[in-house]
Order: sequence, then C-alpha cells, then structure tokens
Amino acid sequence: MTPAMAELSGRFASILGPGGVITDPVRLRTYECDGLTYHRATPAVVVLPETAEQVAAVVRACDETGTPFVARGSGTGLSGGALPRADGVLIVTSRMRRILQVDIENRRAVVEPGVTNLAITEAARPYGYYYAPDPSSQQICSIGGNVAENSGGAHCLKYGFTVNHVLAIELVTPDGEIVQLDAMDPGYDLLGAFIGSEGTLGIATKITVRLSRAPEVVTTLLAAFRNVESGGLAVSAIIGAGIVPAAIEMMDALAIEAAEAAVRCDYPPGAGAVLIVELDGPGAEVAHQFARVERICQESGAFELRVADDPAERAAIWKGRRSAFAAVGRISPAYLVQDGVVPRTALPMVLAGIEELSARYGIRVANVFHAGDGNLHPLVLFDDGEEGAGERAEQVSSEILDLCISYGGSITGEHGVGVDKSRYMPKMFTPEDLDTMQLVRCAFDPKNLSNPGKIFPTPRLCGEAPGVRKGVHPLVASGEAELF
Amino acid sequence: MSPATPPGEALAASGVTVREAGPGDLVAGVAPRWVALPESTGEVSTVMRVAAEHHLAVVPVGAGTKLRWGPPPERCDLLVYTGRLNQVLEHVAGDLVVRVQAGVTAEALAAALGGAGQQLALDVPLEGATIGGTLAAATAGPRRLRYGMARDMLIGITVVLADGTVARSGGKVVKNVAGYDLGKLFTGSHGTLGVITEATFRLHPLPASSAWITATVPGLEDLPDVAAIAGSQLEPGAVEIDWPDLHGPVTVSVLLEGVAAEERAKAAGELMGATAVITYEPPAWWGRLPGDEFLLELRVPPGAAVRALDAVARVAGDVPVRVRGSVASSVLSLALPAGTSAPAADIFVSALRSAVAAQGGRLVVWTAPPEAASLLDRWGPVGAATLMRRVKERFDPEGRMSPGRLAVGSRRVRSERS
Repeated sequence: MTPAMAELSGRFASILGPGGVITDPVRLRTYECDGLTYHRATPAVVVLPETAEQVAAVVRACDETGTPFVARGSGTGLSGGALPRADGVLIVTSRMRRILQVDIENRRAVVEPGVTNLAITEAARPYGYYYAPDPSSQQICSIGGNVAENSGGAHCLKYGFTVNHVLAIELVTPDGEIVQLDAMDPGYDLLGAFIGSEGTLGIATKITVRLSRAPEVVTTLLAAFRNVESGGLAVSAIIGAGIVPAAIEMMDALAIEAAEAAVRCDYPPGAGAVLIVELDGPGAEVAHQFARVERICQESGAFELRVADDPAERAAIWKGRRSAFAAVGRISPAYLVQDGVVPRTALPMVLAGIEELSARYGIRVANVFHAGDGNLHPLVLFDDGEEGAGERAEQVSSEILDLCISYGGSITGEHGVGVDKSRYMPKMFTPEDLDTMQLVRCAFDPKNLSNPGKIFPTPRLCGEAPGVRKGVHPLVASGEAELF
Repeated sequence: MSPATPPGEALAASGVTVREAGPGDLVAGVAPRWVALPESTGEVSTVMRVAAEHHLAVVPVGAGTKLRWGPPPERCDLLVYTGRLNQVLEHVAGDLVVRVQAGVTAEALAAALGGAGQQLALDVPLEGATIGGTLAAATAGPRRLRYGMARDMLIGITVVLADGTVARSGGKVVKNVAGYDLGKLFTGSHGTLGVITEATFRLHPLPASSAWITATVPGLEDLPDVAAIAGSQLEPGAVEIDWPDLHGPVTVSVLLEGVAAEERAKAAGELMGATAVITYEPPAWWGRLPGDEFLLELRVPPGAAVRALDAVARVAGDVPVRVRGSVASSVLSLALPAGTSAPAADIFVSALRSAVAAQGGRLVVWTAPPEAASLLDRWGPVGAATLMRRVKERFDPEGRMSPGRLAVGSRRVRSERS
C-alpha cells in the first residue's frame, strides 16, 4: 500500500471505526471481482459504511485526494460494473440494509441500498403488494445495484425496469454532497438520468421504490415446440393479438438439456424449444387472454401444454428457466453469458445468424431469452482446457453483438456496459452521442473519480475541447447516422 | 459565413427556411426576431450552428400550445419551429415501436398507429400538441396511473444541442441499458438543453374495450375511497376528479380498460357508491386542463391526495379555484381566474405550498397573468438545484437555450430543500 493510501485508510478508520475498513490483502481479494469473474482487480482498500453521512465523508476524502472509488452492492453484476480499482477505494453497501419504511398508504417503501430486491417484496407481501422488477438474482442482488444497472427481469415486458419503479433517491455526489432526487420535483429528471448510470454519477444511499398491487390472478403456461422457429411464431402471434403478457421466455434445446442436467426441471421430452408465457391481472381479463394464448400456441405447433395456477406449479415451470445460466456449467466446462437485444421481429434472423456463427467457429451456443422484448442471453459454451477455445468463444460472443447492432438492437438489455462492453459503445453510438453523454458525467463528476473506466471508452476529460476527428464513422458509412 | 455578417443574413443564407417574426410569435409576451422552419434534424443543426455563431438566444416550439408555460424567456432571438418535422419515420407493428419526428402531432400519431390496433398510451391535455412539445413539457394525463409518463414510454431520442451537435441516446428496442439515457434528461427540459428532433416510443395495444364509472358527490367528505379503488385488483387505468367549484359537488370517474372492462366497471361500483353510472365514453372534462391562463400543478404522494384537496379548499378563501386531475396518481391541476390579484395569488401559492410540504408535496406555477408572474415563486424548493444548474451549464454554457424558462435556467431557484 502506498503511503498516501495508508494515510487515507487512517482517515477512513476515523470515519467508520476500525471494523469498517479492510486493508488485509487476503480479505481484500474477496472483492476482486463481481459476477463477471474474468475481470479482476484487488482494491487498495475496502470500506463498509453504515450511513449516508459515512459514505459522504469517505467520498469527500476521495475527492480531496483525487482517489477513484467504486461502489458495490452484492456483487452479482454481469458486466464488471463493480470491478474495483487497484489504486482506489471500494465502497461496499452491504451494511446499509435497513428497510426504513413500508408505506402502503402511499404505495412505496424506503430502503437502504444494501437491501436485497426480494426483501422489499417480502416486506410488502403481507399487505398484498410487491416490488415489480425481478432480476434472476433477486434473492441476493441489492436494490442499490439495481438502481446502478437499471435492472429488469423476466417481467419487465409488462412492468418495466427499475427506472419505472423508483420514486426518489438520496445520493452522495462524487464531490461528497448528499442530494435528494425526487420524481415530484420540477426541473430536470436527474432521477431518470442517474438510474442506470452504473455508479458513474454517485452512490445511492437511500431509495424510495413504488410498491405494486399483487395481481388478482397469475396464470403460467409452458408450451413445448419441436423447434425455436415455431415457438417464435407463437410469440409473434401473441403480441400481434394485442396481448402483453407479464413474461414470455424461451429456451432452446441445448438450454433445456442443461437445465434438465442441473435441476431436473422435467420439461416435455423431445422439445426443441419451450416457451413460458405468464399472464397476470384481473381474473376476467386473464381468463380471456389465456384462452387465446393457448389456442395460438397450439396453432403454432406446440405439442404439449402445461398450465400452472398456483405458486408451487408455477415454481416448477420457472425452475428450469431460472437455473439456466448456472445450469450450462453441467454441460460445459466454461461459458460466457451474453446480453444483446434485437427488435422482436428480427429474432428469427438473429437466431439463424447465431446458429451459423456457432457452426463456423465450432462453438456451441445455448439460447435463453426474453422473447417478448427481444432480449437474448446466448450462453457461449467452451472448454477452457482446449487451446484457443476461449478466444473462439470470445469471438462468437462478440460477433453476436455485431449481429444485434446490425439489426438495430442494443449491446445490453439489462446487464449493463460496465468494463466488459465499453469497447462496443462506439459501434452503437457516434462520437457526438458519446460526447453528449459525457456532458452529464462532467456535470456530476468533473474529476472522473466515480467508477472511472466503466461504460465509456477513453472518455475525454471534462473541459477538454472537442477534437478534430478523422475518417468516416461506421454509423455514417452504413447510413445509420448522418453528420451535419 | 463569418460572424461579421448580420445574423438575419446568416440565417437567410443557411439554406433553411427562415422568416421574420410577427406578432403571433410571442413567447410568453417576449418577441423573437426570426422564426426558422427546418424540415430535418440536419436543418435544425444548421440553424443552431448559425445561432451559435451569432450568440442568438433560441426557443424551440412545436404547435405552441404550451408556449406560455413557465417564466418568459430572458432573451429570445430565434424561434426554432419544429412543425415541419412531421413524419412518422418508422412503425414496426410487430415490435410495438414507433419512431417519429418531433413535429408530429399527437392526433396524427394516433391516426397512424390506430390502423394497426396500437397506441402511444400517453394522454395529451392540449389539442394539437406535438410529440416534441409533449416531451419537452413532460405533460401527461389520466392514464399515467397505468402506463406511466412520457419518460416511461420513450426508448430513444435525437436532439440538437445549442452548438448544433446532433446526439442520440437509447435506440429502437424496448430493453436497452447502453449509455446514459438522454431521453430522460430532455423530457421535461422545456427547451433549455437543446431541440428535440426525433423520438422513439414503445407502444401498447389499443384496449379491447373501455368503460368509465362516474359518481358525483356533494362534497369532499363524501368522496369514495380513492386509495381503495386505485389499489384494487380491478387495475383501473385512471382515477380522475373534477371539482369545478370548491363549494360544490365533486365528480370522480374511474377508467377500466381491456377485456371485460364493463364487468370490472360494475365490480368497481361497490367502491364508487350507489349513484355511480357506467358509460362507454369519457366525461366531457376527462383529460382536459381546468383552464390555462393561470395554471398550477400540485403533486403529492398518492396517500395524501384527499388531504391535499382539503388543503386547497382551506387556503383558497374567496379565490374560485377549479381543480381537476389524477387523484390516484396525485397530480392535480388547479386553475385560478386570470383576474386573481397578484397578492391573493401569492398568498394562495405560499399557503398551499406550506400545507402540502409536510407530505412532501410540490406546487408548480405553469402559467400566470403578467402581474402575478413577476411576483410568484414558480417552482418552490428543488432538492437538486445545484446539480441541475451544473447540467444546464454543461449542455448550454452560453445560456442561449430558452434562457430562464426552467428553474435551473434562470438561477431563480431560491433554496435547496434540506
């Protein structure tokens, strides 16, 4: 540890007490990565604040000394957004996990950032309410992390993302001020700008979320198809019929195989694809829509349908889907999780493209996706013991994103850009787009200390004048964008 | 063209249609000198570059339905009229997504989408309003309860900044977390950060049926349990009230949309009381502002809506305030008579602001007659005023975009809320 960092750690100890500061190299290594384990860095120091005032004091010390800091919740992120800096401070919110208020009258809850996503729903459930966004990691992921990543989940097709369910945030700005953002405030929607900024605009220390009324009826359908194409037809027909299900999820044969191996989900044998369709809402509406969905699935070639009306049956249907990421570990020594988005109508072409990539590189790809909103999670399987396999898998994963971009999609639907995908940002956005986003960064964090190195590839320093650019940008060449 | 050229000539030479401003072009009483009528994002950029070279203050305008909202601009040289950006660029029904130019009116967009059985589920309170203006002013209507606001449906945006830079964020897929969401920042920015030229929205299917259940009761104390209705599993699309006279009856109307709307409306009857009536058209006042000459917006947490209404009646005294709005989402519009004296208006605004402060309420003055306008605090305290000002200074360092029209643009923000 450098003398300057040792001095800073001493300041932290006086702010947090000795139990709130970690400098022991062995313990520091616990924090070297988040859910994206192939990016690692050991932080110089870890702090465990318990109050917003402590976070603010730590951040002020960082600001005064020009020390970069990274916030971390439960560390479940999949884009390296909480990857620490070897020369910086990791601010872990795990000791800030009080549910401060469950306010049913105002349909909201006030919580600290370390509270898990599911804990909010559990606190609201006795009153018939719940917190709508439900990322797969909801049992352990923190609401602070959800805010940073604008997390979605299987049900965001109907209910939207974190940004649609957060009413107010108390944040510590990168210069150590405690500021309140509130959706009711006049002026700019800084709440909307902050959510999904991946820790680059400050640290949320208190979050007010909207609680939603539990639906009267929830019905879940599992439909087995011979292949992904016919499952895709069913998805298009459901949406075309004017039905917005709470969720529409699809898994292909390889993903089903992995899930069977891992959790014995007992999906219909011989299925080349399964579709999970969940409908919720008033009983009369769900009953009517369900009959139509059932008919559409049959007409699209479903050979078996299973229906769940109670939580236990529903859990059985979801079991395979929820386990899918981890399950591929059973059929492959190593894998990469991708997160791309395409317009729903482009799904058939993109899936065919992925199959072609898989054949060309000799790399298996299992597909799990949120079919309703075109969010793909291809799982790229490889043997890390095999020479060159990792590189080929990386190549496939990367070309899948190119494919998504070429169909007008996005490089990330819910996992975030983090450190993992910043190099793809110039493929999706022009330099002018990125420079304009940077204006927001500079307004909040002119010294570039809050989670630096994430989202943006080599950002310009705040205050630096725009430079002359050479060559034609690919988006201009392809006609996607114009220069003026 | 060098900056030595007079700005009028430079604008004329830009290739973009520009005319001299006339008496019909006033912005809250302030006369601009020129009006530009660009037909593409590129033309907006060209005009903005000329404006930058000549340090012109710019106010973007769509149909002008809300041009009187907010304080008058401190300066206004050039109106950038977006009404000629009137194309629906892309509607992929299978994706439930539409990309439009900013000057498309809400009505034109509804017509373009209706054929496919789809809608932008955003109520627009003023007839003829453009999509760009609707975003810039962040207006919404009754169905915000079910679908959210413009910000919740906007998935991509193209803007032109004060220096002519064209920037986009988001895209045309409903699920996308790549980069900062400039769309959120520009929604509600009232023309102070740049010109919105294109927007992409997620759409919703048109409901299979719609039914309204409406009850008129003698007074506030007889109001049905609004919270119970909003929180019921009937999932109402909107719960609105109309209270045209604080000493008279109050009307509550609940929208049920989708399959079995009528059935659900009947079920809601139990909560609405014996006098409730079911209709298949909205009440005449539905989704319209109670007036726009002296218009205030009151926002409180949903549980505090009835108490806030009570507070309005208590502090109004002799001022005949008309109240209308989304009682379950707790966004209420208040209209004062245009002839309300400035001191009386000031007393009302201050007293109501203090009355709702305990519940975290906010009161914004959108329009006011000139005398009252110069006296009133338009915004009340804003928690993040300093951050907002810093954003404004980054996007528009010379302060040329609709200067003074939003709290942060004018530095009129009085204090930070602790």
